[in-house]
Amino acid sequence: MLKNRIIPCLDVKNGRVVKGINFVDLKDAGDPVEQAKIYSDGGADEICFLDITASNENRDTIYDVVERTSKNCFVPLTVGGGVRSVEDINKLLNCGADKVSINTAAVQNSKVVEESSKKFGSQCIVVAIDAKKNANKWEIFTHGGRNNTGIDAIEFSKKMEDSGAGELLVTSMDRDGTQVGYDIDLMSNISSKVNIPVIASGGVGTLDHLVDGIKLGNASAVLAASIFHYGKHSVKEAKEYLDSKGIPVRI
Amino acid sequence: MNVTIVDYNSGNISSVINSFSEVAKDKVNLEVTSDLSKIKSSNKVVLPGQGSFKSCVDALNNINGLVDTLNEFAIINKRPLLGICVGLQMFADVGYEETKTKGLGWISGKVSKIDNQNGKYKLPHIGWNQLNIIKDSKIFKGIENNSHMYFVHSYEFVPEDKNVISATTDYSSNIVCSVEKENIFGTQFHPEKSDKIGLKIIDNFINL
Repeated sequence: MLKNRIIPCLDVKNGRVVKGINFVDLKDAGDPVEQAKIYSDGGADEICFLDITASNENRDTIYDVVERTSKNCFVPLTVGGGVRSVEDINKLLNCGADKVSINTAAVQNSKVVEESSKKFGSQCIVVAIDAKKNANKWEIFTHGGRNNTGIDAIEFSKKMEDSGAGELLVTSMDRDGTQVGYDIDLMSNISSKVNIPVIASGGVGTLDHLVDGIKLGNASAVLAASIFHYGKHSVKEAKEYLDSKGIPVRI
Repeated sequence: MNVTIVDYNSGNISSVINSFSEVAKDKVNLEVTSDLSKIKSSNKVVLPGQGSFKSCVDALNNINGLVDTLNEFAIINKRPLLGICVGLQMFADVGYEETKTKGLGWISGKVSKIDNQNGKYKLPHIGWNQLNIIKDSKIFKGIENNSHMYFVHSYEFVPEDKNVISATTDYSSNIVCSVEKENIFGTQFHPEKSDKIGLKIIDNFINL
C-alpha cells in the first residue's frame, strides 16, 4: 500500500542552511548537501529546500546547492522559495530538482502553474499555500507570509488543482514556528475538497503532531523543520512512532 | 560498455542522469543524447519519460528517425532497453492521456487513467509503494519482495498479455509496476528516486 511520507525541510539562505541538524559530527554544519544526505540516509521520504535568500544577487546560490545535492541524494528533492516563472522552474529542474514549489507566483498568475504543469508535467509542480484564519475562513498570504491577499484558501486550492498542480503544500501561518501542531481544520478542509495529495506544514512540535496531520488532517505527507533540527527527533524515530500508531510508513 | 540515456526533450531527466552516473562510475561509458548513431552503437538504452503520454510520444516523433532507431535497437536487434515511467507507458499500442495517442506498440496494451474510485484515491499516485513481485525479472536480482519504490503517475499501463508483468503495486487496484518482455524492461516507478534499492535496480540493468 501507499505509505504516508515524512519530509524534512531545510531553510537555505545564500547557499547555506539557516537552521539545521546540529547534533551530529558534521564537517560543515551549514552545508545543505551534507544535511540533505543525513536526512535521506536516515529514511526521509523526500527532501525539501526552502530558499529564503533575500537579495537578488545571491539567488543563483540555490542552483549550485540543488545541483550538488541531487548528485548525492537519490530520493525526491523539492525546491521552493522565490520561484517566479516557468524559466525559474526549468532552471531548478535542470539542476536536479524533482519538484518545484510555487507560492507567490501561483497566486499572482495561475498561468505559471498551467504552463509549467503542461510543459514539465503535474508531477513536478507543487503549489505552496500559506494560509491564515480570518473569522470563519482561511486567507492566502504571499511574499513569505507578509501580504494578505484576502483570497479564500479552499477556493484557491481547487483552482490550483484545476490549473494542473500535482500536489499542495499547505502551511498554516498561524501555526508556523509555534510548535503547537498543524492547523488540522485547514488541512482536512482542503484535503476533502481536492483530489490531489496534500502535504501538511507549519507548527509541528511533537511526533504526535505528525500523527494528527495524517490521521485527522488527512494529509498524504507531513513536512516539518524544527523537530528534526537540533537533534530533538530523527526521521527514523518519527517513522517508528507513526508506525506504532498504525500509520503506514516506509521503514 | 556503452549505456545511452535517450535525451529527447521529455522533461526533467537530470535525476535519471545523476543516478545512472552514480552507478556507472568508471566501469560504464554513459551517454545522454538523441544522436542516432550513438544510440545504434550502444549496448543498452534507457528511455525516460515525464509529463504526459502525448507530450512524450510527440517529443520522440519530433526527432527525425529516433523511433525507427529505437525499434531497430529493441525489436530487431533485441538489445536491452529500460523504459522508466512514461518511458514504460510508451511501449503500449495506445495512450489516453490528453487525447488518444499511438504508442510504440512494443507490448500490446493501453495506457489509461487510474480508477480513483470516485475520489477515494488521490491522483497522482505519489510516494513510496511496495513491489509485489509476480515473476522473476533480471532487474530484480537481489531485490526483496515488498520493497518500497517511489511512484508518481496518474495513468497506468494495462498490457493485454499479463505474462509480461513482473510486479504490481497496490493502489486502487493492482497497478502494473514493472514489465519484462525478452530484452525489454520497464518500471512505472522511478528507480532513480528510490534510494539505494532503486540504484540496485539500475545496477542490475547495467550488469545484464
